[in-house]
Amino acid sequence: MSAEVTRAPGIESGEARAAPPPALRLVGISKSFGPVQANRDIHLEVEKGTIHGIVGENGAGKSTLMSIIYGYYQADAGEIEVHGRKVEIRSPQDAIAAGIGMVFQHFKLVENFTVLENIVLGVEGGALLGPALRRARRMLVELARDYELAVDPDAVIETLSVGLQQRVEILKALYRHADILILDEPTGVLTPAEADHLFRILRSLRDEGKTIILITHKLREIMEVTDRVSVMRQGEIVATRETAATSPEELAELMVGRKVLLRVEKPPARPGDRVLEVRDLCLRDEKGVERLKNISFDLREGEILAIAGVAGNGQSELLEVLSGIRAARGEVRLGSEPLDVARPDARLAREMGLAHIPEDRQRRGLVMEFHGWENTPFGYHHEPRFDRGWGLMDQKEMKRDAAGKFERFDIRPANPDLEARSFSGGNQQKIVVAREIEHNPDVLIVGQPTRGVDIGAIEFIHRQLIELRDAGCAILLVSVELDEVLSLGDRILVMFDGRIMGERRPEETDERELGLLMAGVDPGAPEAGTATGAEGREG
Amino acid sequence: MRRIPVWADVVLIPLINLLLAVFVSGLVVLYIGESPVKAMRVLLQGSIGSAYAWGYTLYYATNFIFTGLAVAVAFHARLFNIGGEGQAGLGGLGVALVMMAWDWPHWALALPAGIIASALFGAAWAAIPAWLQAKRGSHIVITTIMFNFIASALLVYLLVNHLKLPGSMSPETPPFPPGAHLPTAHEILAWVGVKFPKSPPVNIALLLALLAAFAVWVLIWRSRLGYEIRAFGHSEEAARYGGIAPVRIIMLTMLISGALAGMMAVNAVQGEAERLVLDSVQGAGFVGIAVALMGRSHPVGVILAAILFGMLYQGGVELEFEMPAISREMIVVIQALVILFTGALDNMVRLPVSRLFHRRGRGGGRAGAGGNG
Repeated sequence: MSAEVTRAPGIESGEARAAPPPALRLVGISKSFGPVQANRDIHLEVEKGTIHGIVGENGAGKSTLMSIIYGYYQADAGEIEVHGRKVEIRSPQDAIAAGIGMVFQHFKLVENFTVLENIVLGVEGGALLGPALRRARRMLVELARDYELAVDPDAVIETLSVGLQQRVEILKALYRHADILILDEPTGVLTPAEADHLFRILRSLRDEGKTIILITHKLREIMEVTDRVSVMRQGEIVATRETAATSPEELAELMVGRKVLLRVEKPPARPGDRVLEVRDLCLRDEKGVERLKNISFDLREGEILAIAGVAGNGQSELLEVLSGIRAARGEVRLGSEPLDVARPDARLAREMGLAHIPEDRQRRGLVMEFHGWENTPFGYHHEPRFDRGWGLMDQKEMKRDAAGKFERFDIRPANPDLEARSFSGGNQQKIVVAREIEHNPDVLIVGQPTRGVDIGAIEFIHRQLIELRDAGCAILLVSVELDEVLSLGDRILVMFDGRIMGERRPEETDERELGLLMAGVDPGAPEAGTATGAEGREG
Repeated sequence: MRRIPVWADVVLIPLINLLLAVFVSGLVVLYIGESPVKAMRVLLQGSIGSAYAWGYTLYYATNFIFTGLAVAVAFHARLFNIGGEGQAGLGGLGVALVMMAWDWPHWALALPAGIIASALFGAAWAAIPAWLQAKRGSHIVITTIMFNFIASALLVYLLVNHLKLPGSMSPETPPFPPGAHLPTAHEILAWVGVKFPKSPPVNIALLLALLAAFAVWVLIWRSRLGYEIRAFGHSEEAARYGGIAPVRIIMLTMLISGALAGMMAVNAVQGEAERLVLDSVQGAGFVGIAVALMGRSHPVGVILAAILFGMLYQGGVELEFEMPAISREMIVVIQALVILFTGALDNMVRLPVSRLFHRRGRGGGRAGAGGNG
């Protein structure tokens, strides 16, 4: 570690003039969209050769700030300095010319091009591709050697794993001579092992003198890999700390503006009768790919069964099948009744006492163009209490129902007349949670309940789920956040490639073991343990 | 935050669109060496300048309300039904078959029969594309437009080979029995002692159209089916999640849409022609698309847009008569300009207007740009 821990954080440090200018300096950046002030008078200095974390809740203005640095947006006011020189960044081209590279959360790669073709795309430097491809190939070899950035240059992107695709994005930036590398939520789609590898790459890049800005909402990553960290809240930078001198608790408090509980307090589960029985569930998608392979498990009342796994290993399909959205083969019993998974019927599943908080609230859980009060009965709109006869809906009752839910779940703004899309992510999720929980389901199926939700709302939603469990509901929770799985689950299943890799109890396992299972490696199995197990982190 | 006030959405923007269309039409008229002012005067005089003119304008408007509602209902489920032409044609066939089947004693019996027959035939013609969309994923735009051609061919075949009077040279059915005659505005207003010219074809079907518009409003914004249709139209994924079966919504929406288009025949076939002629729809099915677009798929908007297009149709006929330099094709050009500006180029006006609203919203009470409208 080469970071100087002695110097005070803060913006106007009275340092000597001889010190090298910061790699990136933002002076008074402000940006508003209509009445919303996304960034307010941002001052930020990122030292050369450091990893600088930026944390903040959703909507705190992180993405806007990065978009300004990368030239997607123009700031209303303020200046950007790169290595002490003032620069005008009006487009991503300007940013690249200034030595700034960006790795987006959603990769911007041409799926059916090779790695090499993607890397030279836009900087071919002539009418013929040959020289550029040769240059890029030479450089790839060097980078692979220097930074553990090995990728097959001739592989087609769509055949690569997500972790490797991300590596291509980093290579793309380096090929364009990026000196300052911005990564936006880079670990969201990675297994813990892949994330560790990424961090090693970042550290070696830093040691070579590159400057890295890491945007994330995972405090664990901030603590592990950054040298300094800035916290954003409501469009402002509220604090900058040396990472070694802070703690996750302090950062969380700075992000939210009040004390928060990071660990979920929950009494031990008291499981009762079996209410959901899943046997040999198989699903083949339209392309003939097997998405679910003989999934079997039981779910009892009063327990939370958590399913861990990297996104895209069959969890989404499992949720869709159980909630009656998608057809599959196999047997499912809900209570004492069979649920016909070959003929999915979401309405019937609801009537049988199954509620579903879907993974994607914007595409599924809510109709974004509907008012709040039209969304609160959604899926339950056949119930007699919303019926006014003649096929008409009782709008008064719908509004009364919505007003109650908005109050009990503290949904803000407390105005059910607004369209769903005008609420923040956390409040949108609360609308869905309120709707599904208040029907007192026997079984609740939950997908990524806190994705893109701010810390305050996460706390609230976790508490609601535990209360529901203690009231006797059986909860199936799918999450890619290991923290969430470990803290909420009473039992944990790990899914990989459409299979269940194993079952663990949270008190008897850790992130390392779950991470291996998520990567398809069973650490209990004799031959696999040695190969990958050696790379485990030290705490 | 991106929204603009409702009044701007439903009144201001269509009005600006319309003014732009009028302006460009004026340039076209100027180009062929005629006076745009005179043309405008003739058009307005001919369409709303007298009770007689209104009688024709409202007759056309009635057709457009039906076809406009048909397109609007389908729009709410994000289905683009451009088969109104064929569905209305089949509606006409339904009306003709029922009217010729019996010597109807009174219009009070013939009217409901005509409504049911036209709606059923129109719905049936929409049902096949709907089924193909719901079950097979065949795009409804393609299938409905194909069905327009099939309908047209079918009607020619039936009129020429089966329905026309033996020995007659014109491909049309014999006139319907006198009992099938629907009261015209002249007759209806005479009951309450109001004088109205005898010749305009506007008839009781106008009231039916207004009733249908109200029914569509109730359906879309007050009924459970409408709730499901809108949910499906906004997000099919959400609809599936909410237990709304896409097949059911596609089928029901298209049946309702087809029935509305078919009911146009009550006005045009039973009310005006009183026989089935070749091409009884005369493009009203396509005008319905423009009407629904301009009316923003809202029944009130559809009614207003239908009256506007009724004016263009009726005024256009007068224009052709009064100013021979303005040919029939010129009038089609003017109508097309209105469709272009109100439908296709809507965003051209919408964007600057919403920006203007934002700027004013942000700047507090800062004065507007000035007086050039």
